[in-house]
Amino acid sequence: MNGAANGAVDEYLIVVALLLVTVSATAAALTRDPVRQAVLLAMLGLSLAVLFTLLQAPDVALSQLAVGTAVTPLLILLTVRKVRRAPGPRNGRDRRGDGARR
Amino acid sequence: MSRTARIRLFWAAAVVFAVAYAAACTGLPRFGTLAHPYATRAVAAALHQRTANVVSSVNFDQRAFDTLGEESILFAAVLGTIVLLRHARDERTGRPRPGRVLPSTRLLGMVLLPVTLLTGVYIVAHGQLSPGGGFQGGVILATGLHLAYVAADYRVLKRIRPLAFLDAADAAGAGAFAALGLAGLVAGGAYLQNVLPLGTFGQLSSGGLVPVVNAAVGVEVGAGVIVLLAFFLDQAVEVRSPEEHGTGGGG
Repeated sequence: MNGAANGAVDEYLIVVALLLVTVSATAAALTRDPVRQAVLLAMLGLSLAVLFTLLQAPDVALSQLAVGTAVTPLLILLTVRKVRRAPGPRNGRDRRGDGARR
Repeated sequence: MSRTARIRLFWAAAVVFAVAYAAACTGLPRFGTLAHPYATRAVAAALHQRTANVVSSVNFDQRAFDTLGEESILFAAVLGTIVLLRHARDERTGRPRPGRVLPSTRLLGMVLLPVTLLTGVYIVAHGQLSPGGGFQGGVILATGLHLAYVAADYRVLKRIRPLAFLDAADAAGAGAFAALGLAGLVAGGAYLQNVLPLGTFGQLSSGGLVPVVNAAVGVEVGAGVIVLLAFFLDQAVEVRSPEEHGTGGGG
C-alpha cells in the first residue's frame, strides 16, 4: 500500500466532502419552502456524515446520520403536514362532528 | 428600526465577526497534524480503563458527567414536546385512512425492520468496543421501528409500539444513568467514577461502568425518540383541530 498516495486521495475526498457540505448548507439556507428545506437538510446531514467518516470520526458520523439525516427532516415534514392541513381560524362556525366522519 | 438600518447593522456585525474569526483561525494548529495533546491523554486513559472505543470512554467514563447533562437535555426536550403536543380539549382524533403501499416497499420494510432493530441493539451493546453507543444505537432502534409505518400503515406502527411502556422506559433510562453514578459514591469514590471491574480489553464485558451506562442511554434515547416521533405523528396523522373538517390521509 502506498501511504502517501492514500493520504493525497483522502485529502481530495475531504475537499469534495467540504464542498458538498458548503453547497448543501447554503442551498438549505437560501430555500424558502420548508419541505424542500427538509430534503436539503437531509442532504446536508449526509454530506456531514461523509465528512466525519473521512476525518476518522465514525461515532460522530453515526450520530449525524441518525439525527441530521433521519429524525430532524422527519420532524420538520410532520410539522409542515400538520400546519398545512389546518386551514386556520374560520369565521366562528361550530364545526364539531365533522372531524370524526370519514 | 428601519429595514436599511437593520441591514447596515447586520453588515457591520458580519464584518466584525468575519475579521475576528479569520484572525482567530490563523492561531489554530494546522489541519491534520500529528500532535493532539488531548487525544494522546484520552487514548492513554481509555487504554488504562480497558475501553477499546476511546470515544465511549470519553463520553461515559472520563467525561460521564457532561453526558449526563446531555441526556437530561434530551429527556427534558421529549418531556416538553409531550406537554406541548398533548390533546387539547377541542381537538378530535380521526382514524387515519390506510395508505396504498407498493408490494416492493412492503417487502423491503418487512426484511429491513428486524435487520435494523438488530443493528441498533448491536451498536448499543458494542459501544465500548466499536464506533457507536447508546445514543447512535438508540436512534437507529427508534427510526428502525418506523419502517413499519413506511411499509404498512399507522395502525401497524401503533400495534408494535407500546407507548405507555416506552414513556416509562424513557424515564427509567434517564434515571438509571443518574443512579448508576451513585455506585461510585457507594464505593467511596467520586460521582460517576468507574468502580466496576474493568474486565479484559476488547471483550464485550470490558470497560466497567461504560457498557452499563451505554445500555441505560440506549434505552433512554430509543424510547425517547419513539415517544417524540409518536407525538409528532399523532398530531400530523390523527388529531384534527376544530376548524378542520374532512378526512386526513393515513400515510
